[in-house]
Amino acid sequence: MAKTNTSSEAKTKDVLARHGVTAKIALELMQEMLLYRRFEEKAEESYAIGKIGGFCHLHIGQEAGAAGVIKVLQPEDYAISAYRSHTQAIAKGISPKAVMAELYGRVGGVSGGKGGSMHVFGRDARFFGGHGIVGGQIPLATGIGWKIKYSGENLVCVCFMGDATVNQGGFHECLNMAAVWELPVIYVVENNEYGMGTAFDRVSKAEISTRSVPFDIPASSVNGQDVLSTFEHFHNLTEEVRGGGGPRLVELRTYRFRGHSMSDPVSGTYRSTEEVERHKEESDPIAILRDQLFAEDVLDRDTLQEMDATAKTIAAEAADFADASPMPEPDALYENVWAETNAHGRLFFDGQRT
Amino acid sequence: MATMTYRDALNEALREEMDRDPDVFLMGEEVAEYDGAYKVSKGLLDVFGDQRVVDAPISELGFAGLGVGAAMAGLRPVIEFMTFNFAYLALDQIINNASKLCYMSGGQFKVPITFRGPNGPALQLGAQHSQACETYFLHAPGCKVVTPATPADAKGLLKASIRDDDPVAFMEGELLYNFKGEVPEEDDFVIPLGVADLKRVGSDVSIITHGKMVHVALQAADKLESEGIEAEVLDLRSIRPLDVDAILETVQKTNRVVYLEDSWPYAGAGAQVVSIIQEEAFDHLDAPVLRVTQADVPMPYAKNLEALAKPSVERVVGSCKKVLYR
Repeated sequence: MAKTNTSSEAKTKDVLARHGVTAKIALELMQEMLLYRRFEEKAEESYAIGKIGGFCHLHIGQEAGAAGVIKVLQPEDYAISAYRSHTQAIAKGISPKAVMAELYGRVGGVSGGKGGSMHVFGRDARFFGGHGIVGGQIPLATGIGWKIKYSGENLVCVCFMGDATVNQGGFHECLNMAAVWELPVIYVVENNEYGMGTAFDRVSKAEISTRSVPFDIPASSVNGQDVLSTFEHFHNLTEEVRGGGGPRLVELRTYRFRGHSMSDPVSGTYRSTEEVERHKEESDPIAILRDQLFAEDVLDRDTLQEMDATAKTIAAEAADFADASPMPEPDALYENVWAETNAHGRLFFDGQRT
Repeated sequence: MATMTYRDALNEALREEMDRDPDVFLMGEEVAEYDGAYKVSKGLLDVFGDQRVVDAPISELGFAGLGVGAAMAGLRPVIEFMTFNFAYLALDQIINNASKLCYMSGGQFKVPITFRGPNGPALQLGAQHSQACETYFLHAPGCKVVTPATPADAKGLLKASIRDDDPVAFMEGELLYNFKGEVPEEDDFVIPLGVADLKRVGSDVSIITHGKMVHVALQAADKLESEGIEAEVLDLRSIRPLDVDAILETVQKTNRVVYLEDSWPYAGAGAQVVSIIQEEAFDHLDAPVLRVTQADVPMPYAKNLEALAKPSVERVVGSCKKVLYR
């Protein structure tokens, strides 16, 4: 975490009142962001010692997006995301243990170890994944919005995506349909400035917040490193959408403190170490909230340390749980390919299952 | 029995399933006000309204994926592709999402969606509008593939596909919509997936096939009969699930097989069936299994070349004689 911020806003009292956030909510947001940070650090550690394989995309630096957006949702509301989604899954209500065990590929994982880091799903928590193809979740979110409207439910669907996604065709197809049918979907672009190693403005002409103009969908942009701003923004916006206001596009301006995935360098070829360090110093969402809460006198150093210790304990317990959870049984290989095994005919053709 | 067209049989199936289950809706290009590009959905808008019979923009990836998301959330969508040629735009949603979500989520999500529309070579429509697309959908575990050849099969299998809890690619024969046949008049006529149908009984050679090619097989069988050869025609009806028992039964009966399909040969349904036959019925074969397929080229436009590219009655007859060493 960065040293104490001396900006004028942090020093100003009544920052909570200005954002319409109670001290209780603000402290919960702090606890949640600390958990996400420590959870991801634990995942990083587990990856380094080979407990987690494949691709593993961390949300470190972007925690305010998960906390501030999902905090405003009702339990029955839906959220769906791409592959940088561990924290969002936890925020939506999947237990850290079940998420970590999924990263470990163990039976205790929320999907029994069959999904992995990029495919975390929690049906009961209404977290609909965990999707690995850039933009592949956008049509699904639009379909969830369709279902909400079709069934006359008073719910919303939040669809997270990265900045590079706005150049995928499906994004444009779906914003158009969501607008035509006035679907209750909030498309949230987490703009961390880079699609893997390609800076957004190297491959894009128009700003993200202009991308919904052709579809007549209101767009907004919010400081995604300031969780109070994020919370306030989504609190208001979600109620508009829930009330039948149609879809919204929101840009969350953020920054990733780690590499694109665990296989990638933090900095080097596409961004400088200085740039990353500057962001960590100036726009760490946890440090920003810390300074705001210190200034408000609703948090002191001792309490913060206790909260951090709690976060570290939950993360460690999640890793212990994952480590103790067995690998899936070999029989699991053929389970869940089909939701319905027909009474007649063969479904598998590899010679092992007939 | 009622005599009706393949088109009307499909319309009845949609009507009955939408009537039975309020979670079923139909979405696609031109399905509502235009009554469907091939008129399969004629009149449904008037009966069920524009929330359940929905004209989509020309955004195949988008509306196919919308259906997948709606299915995840509990609805039972029927997504019409104006033709399956256009479904290639939506393959990411069909293969990477619809077909894998149940598995990736450890069984938390089922995706009860039916993708339907015309499939297969038509008449002088050129390379992009005239092709059999089933191999793409067959290849990925997680997607069922159904290919009805008659009005009765179209009705009974569409009802089963809509009720199935997995994604189904329901591939209609583009040239069959006007084809008439008998359809049982029972209240709820459903044909389970995975059951092949012996369309003609014979003892000398088996023609195994699916979809529109059933009719070419039957014509070939008539011709062979005039030459004293009794051909059996086995219509698989669904190619995943696949009625392997019926395949093995006909092989054991005739010992000679020709697989007929209007898809390309490489890694197609026929290749899979031939593989199963040699693995599981090798000792029953009196000749190598031959395949009659679409020529291994994109569909040409010129009438004479198109005729050469498509499987013909003559080629089927020739292959049958070859496996009989006549």
